[in-house]
Amino acid sequence: MSSRPFLRIDNIHKRFGPIIASDGVSLQIDEGEIHALLGENGAGKSVLMSMICGMVRPDEGEIVYKGVPVRFNSPREAIRQRIGMVHQHFMLVPNLTVAENYILGRGSAFRVINDIDKVHAKIRELSDRYALDVRPDALIEDLSVGEQQRVEILKALFNGIDLLILDEPTAVLTPQETDRLLTLMRDLVADGKTVVFISHKLDEVMRVSDRISVMRDGRVVNTVSVDHTDARGLARMMVGRDVGMELVRSAAAPGRLVLSVENLICRSETGLPAVRGISLGVHAGEIVGVAGVSGNGQSELALALSGLLPVDSGRVVLNGKDITGLAPARINAHGFSHIPEDRHKHGIVQSLSLSENTILQRYDQPPFAARGMLSRRAIGTHTRDLIKRFRIKCHNENQRIGDLSGGNQQKLVVARELARNPDFILVNQLARGIDIGAMEFVMEEMLKQRESGKAILLISTELEELFAICDRILVMFHGEILGELPPDRARLEELGLLMAGKTADHSEQPTLAG
Amino acid sequence: MDDMMFFTFLAALMGAAWRLATPLIFASIGAVFSERAGVLNIGLEGTMLVGAFCGFAAAFATGSIPLGLLAGVGGGMLFGLVFAFFTITIKADQIVVGAALNLLGMGLTAFLFRTYYVSTGKGIEIAQPVHIPWLSDLPFLGEAFFRQNLIVYSTILTAILATLVLYRTAFGLTLRAVGEHPKAVDVAGRNVATYRYAAVMVGTGLAGLGGAFLTLGHSNQFVEGITSGRGFIALAVVVFARWSPIGAFFVSLLFGLFYALQLMLQAQASVVVPYQVLQALPYIMTIITLVFVRGKGAAPSKLGQPYEMR
Repeated sequence: MSSRPFLRIDNIHKRFGPIIASDGVSLQIDEGEIHALLGENGAGKSVLMSMICGMVRPDEGEIVYKGVPVRFNSPREAIRQRIGMVHQHFMLVPNLTVAENYILGRGSAFRVINDIDKVHAKIRELSDRYALDVRPDALIEDLSVGEQQRVEILKALFNGIDLLILDEPTAVLTPQETDRLLTLMRDLVADGKTVVFISHKLDEVMRVSDRISVMRDGRVVNTVSVDHTDARGLARMMVGRDVGMELVRSAAAPGRLVLSVENLICRSETGLPAVRGISLGVHAGEIVGVAGVSGNGQSELALALSGLLPVDSGRVVLNGKDITGLAPARINAHGFSHIPEDRHKHGIVQSLSLSENTILQRYDQPPFAARGMLSRRAIGTHTRDLIKRFRIKCHNENQRIGDLSGGNQQKLVVARELARNPDFILVNQLARGIDIGAMEFVMEEMLKQRESGKAILLISTELEELFAICDRILVMFHGEILGELPPDRARLEELGLLMAGKTADHSEQPTLAG
Repeated sequence: MDDMMFFTFLAALMGAAWRLATPLIFASIGAVFSERAGVLNIGLEGTMLVGAFCGFAAAFATGSIPLGLLAGVGGGMLFGLVFAFFTITIKADQIVVGAALNLLGMGLTAFLFRTYYVSTGKGIEIAQPVHIPWLSDLPFLGEAFFRQNLIVYSTILTAILATLVLYRTAFGLTLRAVGEHPKAVDVAGRNVATYRYAAVMVGTGLAGLGGAFLTLGHSNQFVEGITSGRGFIALAVVVFARWSPIGAFFVSLLFGLFYALQLMLQAQASVVVPYQVLQALPYIMTIITLVFVRGKGAAPSKLGQPYEMR
């Protein structure tokens, strides 16, 4: 590790309309290090890196790369300077092959493509060298998310890089795939490359980085060497205050069976098999987790349970009543609450006010409606009460909900769903897009609901979330439940194998919990 | 004897099918290009009309069919430029702009035709079938396939060329990517808007050519609304063909067959079905094929969506 500043970012400012994304960021990356950029959603990590790779132009400030001030007008220019970035949303064209994606935009726009064999050879060579298992003639749409990520990394290597930026690379991976990625990062550094790695996961940052820069509110708060910090210290820097990392919870005391699902089968919106025969039960006073890499039928399971997707066969029974195939409004009326994965699509109406969003399911019921008219007073009182109890940051209840931050929107969804006093709560991605502070709060709220005897099904791709509050964890793969585990971090490897669809040796161990 | 009659009928039917498919082949291959780039141009009907009119006007003035065809392509592209400006640069809704251009195309060509040409009552000399030694004289096959004019033959070349451009050149590769993941193209350093403009130009140029064929290689006159819905049928052909140029060629032939069948059944005294029903055959078949063909999965995923640059 040399001390020559490889990349120096000096007092960068960037605004998007009224939103300040970078508020005077300064950062220094050394050559040959793995530098983690840690911070909550909206802290300005991705925007900062987009400026380094030419996707976004800074308003003010200077970027000095290899000792020369640079100002990239396009990603192409950054690639020419051997800077590569793997975006959180992959820049791969699904209907093209790996090799075709790599040559996209290269050479004359009107040339005949006749060198694809050479490209294939080069891809194979690089793939072998870094053990990436990338086939040059594979169609992107046929690859899993993990494979696509390796294709993206190999694309950067194909273009030639000295600096590789990875934006939230582990968000879509199983624990084993994550291990493999971290090893790859080490290999790249051993090869003389520099890696910047954006993350909000403390544990992997601690595992792989040499130095860590923590961002908050568009600034770098601190840069520390990994040897001089710990997870708790990093969390404090991220949030700006102490965070209780461990939630207190009592032993599970499951009561009666509230929700039971029998052999549920349904297809995705595009008509492909998504849920292939799932059976599960959720009891009063327990939180059952559903783990799995995203895209294994979890979304469809949630939508089918809540009545948003037609069920092909199987039964869903809530409180002893068959709710299979009922309309969402009828299902809700049976004591069903749904905190959806995509809150913009299924959770809130962005252009409506907080008040209006609060009564979406109950606008026609007293006290919110009387004689066919909305009762503004009752709605306002109820909404103000929720705002206060859930500490939702807003001007007032008549503000457009779309103007709130993601965390506050999520809090309102949680508040609304709990306020209906359901028997069963379906949660898909509890903490998506919200900060640690809010996450801690909604998790505590879930535990309180559990104490009060609610049955909760929590679908999540964030293992930390599952370990923190679940009583048992089901693992979903390819539309099926492959197994059940206790929320025991010691069983992480087993969980990871199940998430990858490997059930070979798990029969040796009894896997019943609580 | 009956067999002889049948084969004569069949040969004539197939010859007519290709001829009647020709405007569809051009327009639908053009539409494959623009839709692959993510641009849905429902203004093809108006564009074809403009092509038909420009082709007629140019051939009327010069007496030259090649110049007429060129004018048809040019007219189509000029119309396409308007569409591209509003949908790509201004980012207006593609359906709304397309609908407006259909109305404009119908109104404009009717107005100009009535103002300048309707009183002359004169037609033009249309492209004549070329006689290919030996092949054209073959029994059955000669009548079915080898007595067409050059414009009809050029549809084969167009389909092959379109396939090569789309799948074997960097331009085609980028074009296909633009309709699926424009941002990836942007990041790779190519201008998405430029490619969409180019795709619309290819699309409307070919639609103009298809329109011009109607006045220069089929009927010898411009008639108001001469395209009679072919622009819309071309859009259906693209879906059925799953956005492939070769597919568009063959699906167009199928629709050409419906057109030909409809015409020839009308001429048969023994057919007692009202001729209006027969005339509706191509349109009915359009609806039926669209009901049964599930092409949605093959559609470019960003079809109809403007691209917001950073």
